[in-house]
Amino acid sequence: MSATAGQGGSGAGAAAGAHRGMSEHGSAHGGKGTETAPYERVFKGERLARLEWLFTKYPTKQACLLPALWLVQEARGWISEPAIGEVAEVLDLTPAYVKGVVTFYTMYHTHPVGRHFIQVCTTSPCNICGAEDVMKALLRETGCGDLGATSPDGRFTVIEVECLGACGFATPILVDDDFIEGVTPEKVSGILQRYQ
Amino acid sequence: MGYPHPSHPKENPVLSKHFGDPEARTYDGWVKRGGYEGLKKILRLTPEAVIEEIKTSGLRGRGGAGFPTGLKWSLMPKADGRPHYLVCNADESEPGTFKDREIMRWTPHGLLEGCAIAAYAIGAERCYIYIRGEFTDPYKIMDQAVEEATARGALGDNAFGSGKRIEVILHRGAGAYICGEETAMLNSIEGKRGNPRIKPPYPAQAGLFGMPTTINNVETLAAVPHVVMRGGEWYKGLSLSNPKSTGTKLISVCGHIQRPGNYEVTMGTPMKELIYDMCGGMRPGRTLKAVIPGGSSVPIMSAAEAEDCLLDYEGVVAKGSMLGSAGMIVMDDTTDMVYQIWRLARFYAHESCAQCTQCREGTAWTTRILERILAGKGKQEHFQLLLDLSDNMTGKTICVLSDSCAAPIVSGIQKFRQEFEAYIQGAREPALAAV
Repeated sequence: MSATAGQGGSGAGAAAGAHRGMSEHGSAHGGKGTETAPYERVFKGERLARLEWLFTKYPTKQACLLPALWLVQEARGWISEPAIGEVAEVLDLTPAYVKGVVTFYTMYHTHPVGRHFIQVCTTSPCNICGAEDVMKALLRETGCGDLGATSPDGRFTVIEVECLGACGFATPILVDDDFIEGVTPEKVSGILQRYQ
Repeated sequence: MGYPHPSHPKENPVLSKHFGDPEARTYDGWVKRGGYEGLKKILRLTPEAVIEEIKTSGLRGRGGAGFPTGLKWSLMPKADGRPHYLVCNADESEPGTFKDREIMRWTPHGLLEGCAIAAYAIGAERCYIYIRGEFTDPYKIMDQAVEEATARGALGDNAFGSGKRIEVILHRGAGAYICGEETAMLNSIEGKRGNPRIKPPYPAQAGLFGMPTTINNVETLAAVPHVVMRGGEWYKGLSLSNPKSTGTKLISVCGHIQRPGNYEVTMGTPMKELIYDMCGGMRPGRTLKAVIPGGSSVPIMSAAEAEDCLLDYEGVVAKGSMLGSAGMIVMDDTTDMVYQIWRLARFYAHESCAQCTQCREGTAWTTRILERILAGKGKQEHFQLLLDLSDNMTGKTICVLSDSCAAPIVSGIQKFRQEFEAYIQGAREPALAAV
């Protein structure tokens, strides 16, 4: 199986993926999930060593799928079709199967995103504390305009997420891996300045 | 990271005693506060004796179901030659709940000690802690704690020289509420989509990788070292109302409240005391309208029900709802109940794994009907349609996600029907654009 075999695996999981993606991975992304440069393998050197370490922590290779996908996203920022093929290859799975899993979990990006990825909670507990105003301020001040869209300068992508599990510190946002609590519309521009 | 509030005199801090104290996060700091003594103590006992102590304590699962922990552990087969697994559920994502996050952020070694004790009791050499993907800080803190505890010999091939192997592995989720359901979590660890499994077989028979498995919530496991150190009888004595609800409970309070946060109270504490004394009550000039007491998946309580409710498993059931994960969403008189019920339905529609028809279709259709009502396009027959759909979504699916979507809808219509009527009759401006 070649590293690009993933191109054929678009069928599995499409139904659930479309369903799950109701709010964040909708039409804004269009069909932009393509990579043009020649594919460079993710699992070599240190990352391959990390993968081999993972193999010792689970009794099956398949169980390393979620951590392996995290390694891909950490390296590339998103999970492309060729990357799906590579993951399938190293874990003895099919690309179709891997894609089915990738599209089930909302934190894996199947499209390139801005340099900084912002997730804002708008579920009920935060919603009643003004989360939608925070979301609007983020869309306005990043220049993204729409949820799921990337700002013209490529700096930000903003999505709305369901409960971030910090309801007592409304409104929480995640900027990349930084968990920021108690965000108000007034604080948005100051926070954004820290992410160039 | 937000700093926790100073403990209120009406609280009973057992698990939360060291919240806010960064030194308690380190191995040495934890040991200085009496940490890991419980693990050392039980490694000299038989697993059966540990299980008996937990049974005596009356400790029940803190993730939402309230299943007796000692009984759960005792269901694991004895010395059957197969690997056994412990899974710690740290996928906290029930709207309104943020207690496990605080346990991991402030007392990671307390949780690890609980995991090690439980692993020993059920005969497991491996424990996977499934931490939701969005919990970046708790993950880093737990990762460091595992490394430290292993380096210091509390965990690893020979825990405290006992000859027992207890290995803890962190598994990061990737954004799926449903993985908090225990069998979906098992699938997720196995590298699959987070689809819940049909039971039986129960995890104790055939769980992770087909092996006997126990799944416990973070708060449950964090309580375990306290039980073994101070005794099951002591824990059992922490009960102000019903003797079936023992110990302390971390209640996450959020929404329209003066001082949101995690409050640790003795089981049976009146909700009124929590809301008005400990949390400082409503914002100035506002009154209480509703409380969702157990995370968003339980029926909504009216203000009168909430103010007359005792905070334990039976007390909340007596008022028509459930203690669940004890994530309390407080809503004052400014709340648009229809809008918030729609927002919850949308949450469940987004999070349905789409395996069961009743859930996949039911969560989506109830969301759309609520959207129509909010857009001023509602009709009288929508009430019956929502109730019929909710009936089809309750008790008929592999897991309870669709039941959880139905609960706020049904209770919302029962208790706040006039707010739906206002939209349907055009007495209120539409809150959403026409759909």
